[in-house]
Amino acid sequence: MSELVNLTINGNKYSAEKGTMVLQVARDHGINIPTLCDHVDIEPYGACRLCIVEVTRGGRTRIVTSCLYPVEEGLVVQTDSPRIIRNRKMLLDLLLARCSENKVIKELAAEYGVDKPSFREEYWEKHDCIVCGLCVRACEQVVGVSAISLVNRGVSKEPKPPFLEKAKACIGCGSCYYVCPTGAVKMEEKNGVRYIYNWKVEFKLKKCAKCGMYWAPEAQLEYIRKKWNLEPGFFDICPNCR
Amino acid sequence: MASKLKTAKALAALQKKLARERDAGRCRISVCNGTACRPYGSNPVAEAFRAEIEKRGLADQVEFKITGCHGFCERGPIALVEPGNVFYQRIKVSDVPEILDNTVQRKEPIAGLLFRPDTSATSVARQGDLPFYRNQQRIVLGNNTRIDPTSIEDYIAIGGYSALATALFELKPEQVIQMVKESGLRGRGGGGFPTGTKWETCRKAEGDIKYVIVNADEGDPGAYANEGLLTGNPHGVLEGLLIGACAIGAHQGYIYVRNEYPLALKNITLAIEQAEKLGLTGKNILGSGFDFSVRVNRGGGAFVCGESTALMASLEGKPGEPRAKYIHTVERGLWDRPSCLNNVETWANIPLIVNNGAGWFSRIGAPGNSGTKIFSLTGKVNNTGLVEVPLGIKLREIIFDIGGGIRGGKKFKAVQTGGPSGGCLPEKLLDSPVDFDSLIKAGSMMGSGGMIVMDEDNCMVDVARYFLTFLEEESCGKCVPCREGIKRMRQILTDITEGRGRESDLELLTELSAHLKDSALCALGSSAPNPVLTTIQYFRDEYEAHIKDKKCPAGVCKALIRFSIIDEKCPGCGMCVKTCPTQAIIFMGKKKPVVLDQSKCIKCRTCYDICKMGAVSIE
Amino acid sequence: MKDKVAEIIKKYGGDSSQMVSILQDIQTEYNYLPRAALDKLSKKMDIPQSHVYSMATFFRAFSLEERGRHIVHVCLGTACHVRGADLILESLERRLGVKRGQTTADRGFTLDTVNCMGCCATGPVVKVDEEFFGHMTNDKVEPMINKFKE
Repeated sequence: MSELVNLTINGNKYSAEKGTMVLQVARDHGINIPTLCDHVDIEPYGACRLCIVEVTRGGRTRIVTSCLYPVEEGLVVQTDSPRIIRNRKMLLDLLLARCSENKVIKELAAEYGVDKPSFREEYWEKHDCIVCGLCVRACEQVVGVSAISLVNRGVSKEPKPPFLEKAKACIGCGSCYYVCPTGAVKMEEKNGVRYIYNWKVEFKLKKCAKCGMYWAPEAQLEYIRKKWNLEPGFFDICPNCR
Repeated sequence: MASKLKTAKALAALQKKLARERDAGRCRISVCNGTACRPYGSNPVAEAFRAEIEKRGLADQVEFKITGCHGFCERGPIALVEPGNVFYQRIKVSDVPEILDNTVQRKEPIAGLLFRPDTSATSVARQGDLPFYRNQQRIVLGNNTRIDPTSIEDYIAIGGYSALATALFELKPEQVIQMVKESGLRGRGGGGFPTGTKWETCRKAEGDIKYVIVNADEGDPGAYANEGLLTGNPHGVLEGLLIGACAIGAHQGYIYVRNEYPLALKNITLAIEQAEKLGLTGKNILGSGFDFSVRVNRGGGAFVCGESTALMASLEGKPGEPRAKYIHTVERGLWDRPSCLNNVETWANIPLIVNNGAGWFSRIGAPGNSGTKIFSLTGKVNNTGLVEVPLGIKLREIIFDIGGGIRGGKKFKAVQTGGPSGGCLPEKLLDSPVDFDSLIKAGSMMGSGGMIVMDEDNCMVDVARYFLTFLEEESCGKCVPCREGIKRMRQILTDITEGRGRESDLELLTELSAHLKDSALCALGSSAPNPVLTTIQYFRDEYEAHIKDKKCPAGVCKALIRFSIIDEKCPGCGMCVKTCPTQAIIFMGKKKPVVLDQSKCIKCRTCYDICKMGAVSIE
Repeated sequence: MKDKVAEIIKKYGGDSSQMVSILQDIQTEYNYLPRAALDKLSKKMDIPQSHVYSMATFFRAFSLEERGRHIVHVCLGTACHVRGADLILESLERRLGVKRGQTTADRGFTLDTVNCMGCCATGPVVKVDEEFFGHMTNDKVEPMINKFKE
């Protein structure tokens, strides 16, 4: 059931399948809309607000997050209006005040002309995490183990392991590390062990029986093997050697 | 109690029987034991009445009811006596025998227990004549005095559930919706969205399974209008919900009650049990073929759960995080199904509309703003309590005629409506009508009914800081503008109240406000700027005093005030010396003024409040 | 403890959408949310520990730490605020020797705040366990606490 609708983005006409999100349509046509909490394999969340655009429908204009707004017939979209730019700038100002020493945030803020936060220096914070929720959402939606969650509420909301102890359900796959936009998830491999410090976990890595390389956590492989009912020893050889 | 009612006729017959039993020529005494009266000791008073009536065997002469909120919370414990519509206030347990004697023997009302405005010598006996009640129109809350909220029989006796019977048997669902549309009823939770239109959209939405939800998560601090209604007349709300469910085609309902309202929780839970026993909920209601069941859910202490999508997340067993409403909840809400969420007061108006007609309702209030609204009038007014007024009434009338003006003879400064999403309105706007649109135009909003009056001793910068502190604690934390933006605004306001304000602060606050309004995910964030914007707009001079002069004109912000003793007024009685928590005041002997050691003073105001001679000054 | 938790889960038909009510019943039973009870809950209802923990920390009604025998709630709602509730809170903090959210060393009292209990006419209001104290002033703090001191 693919009904096509016509819409306008930044003055140009496009057509897209009804129900597709504005962000997706923009990307399909090479229009860049910045995002932080968005990931192609994960359900949109609408937390960072960076992807905001102005949409006009039936004479009424409002600001919406393009990651969650479905296209409709006759929709008019502005991705870089002065109002949008002003808002993105303040957004990055706020993020920079929170993550004043984070490389990714500093670069992004600089792109929008924000070199330092507008707030008193004594209140600047040094977080890396922007609470975009990608680590938690990836663990729940893609990996399916829900080892971590967003805890607390408001200004102290953060991704954490349950009871702030070692995340028992974690299989060490590192998806959280790979999806994190700001490098807030600290993962390291040393001497055949993978450490994900944020969740207080460490995993022995499997050694390839053929080439001897450490290639993935044993716990992760065991999880996959059990889930897909694969025979024991299925993962004894690493992908390169197979 | 009667057994299951299988037909509308059975309900009507029961109603006649119960009404007859109650109309037995007895006097009636209703005592308020609502939440707001409890701190006054209404519970022991109510119990004393019950015990005394039993002891003297007066049940055949006195119909006694323990009820929910009567409205005039300031004067609790209160009782209403019929015949005569006599209003007794500030009742003590020791007054109970005399009240009983007096009532049973039909003597003149007891003068000492009647209302008397402080400045006038004449007391007023009839509730209807009290300035507090005179200008109200208590079509919804008025029933509270006639029923015991824990008795479904009381509710049926006054005609309860007859509107449900009408909706089930005499009207088609589309007709019910049309009636609600024509009545002009708008959502009483703050949004003011036309209720009939909402119901129609939900009815037409795709899907066979639909839900109706009562939002009783009245989180605005200072607002307890919903509490008084739900606790005092739970069946009135339940009946409205049933009618809505029938009109929309929903068979499952939820009542989400704030955790901090234990009495409301208790009463609505009991009401549902009683309704179930009589067959007014459950399968084949009154033989109509319509099924409906309802569940009560408790809140967990989260203001954000008053937002419809956060409330629904909580109902699904998840943390109360709102989501984008680009697709309305009436189309995809609870579990992605069409859901009609309305406020307690909205639902409570429905039986009235069905019973009296859309035309009757639309003639109350003002054009485009039909009906009444219940407000919790609190703060620095003389007559605090729950008031119900026709929409369109002027703010001045509520605060000065009904509210009796500012207590202690102080000067009015501002009135706050709409909770943390609303704004503070100054004296020059006192002649504004109280309706959805006028309040929004002024920079505030109706909200769920909180109306807090402030006087010359309240600092508006402190008030703005207070609201942002509240919102910072209640923010769910999901989106950047709200989580980070409110935090920064609160920091700036704290700095201003502590003497560290800068010239550029007001501009930064205004920029942040514009940003939150544009980009926040939900209404908590997007309306958070309102208290700040309205106080900057209407009380800019106070901000400038704090920022430029480092002074707090109202004498509130601790870092900017100093307590001192006015020697000429101090008789050396030593009261302040005894009560000072840090022993900062030194007794110098009788008839000699005390001395205040500034280095030990923590500005707790104890001395200022306790001194009867006005010898403590705040500068 | 295991039986009590199982009983509570059964009361709500094992329905995970009733999580808030289930947690509240557990808290009513133990005066806080014990770790063991939450582990049991997670196991019995087959809900990830991470989810239980995020529910327990999102809602302010819940305490993961043992609370005092008496819970003191100071109302900081707007109506109480404009009548000086902040000063009452400070008074209580001084008297009990703890800050809001904390419990006294002897576990006698937990001092907490709440944003409106619906008794605005009698503000400032303090609730200790189920008892309300209205029109609070600093000098009423001592006699109120003494009423509950053992």
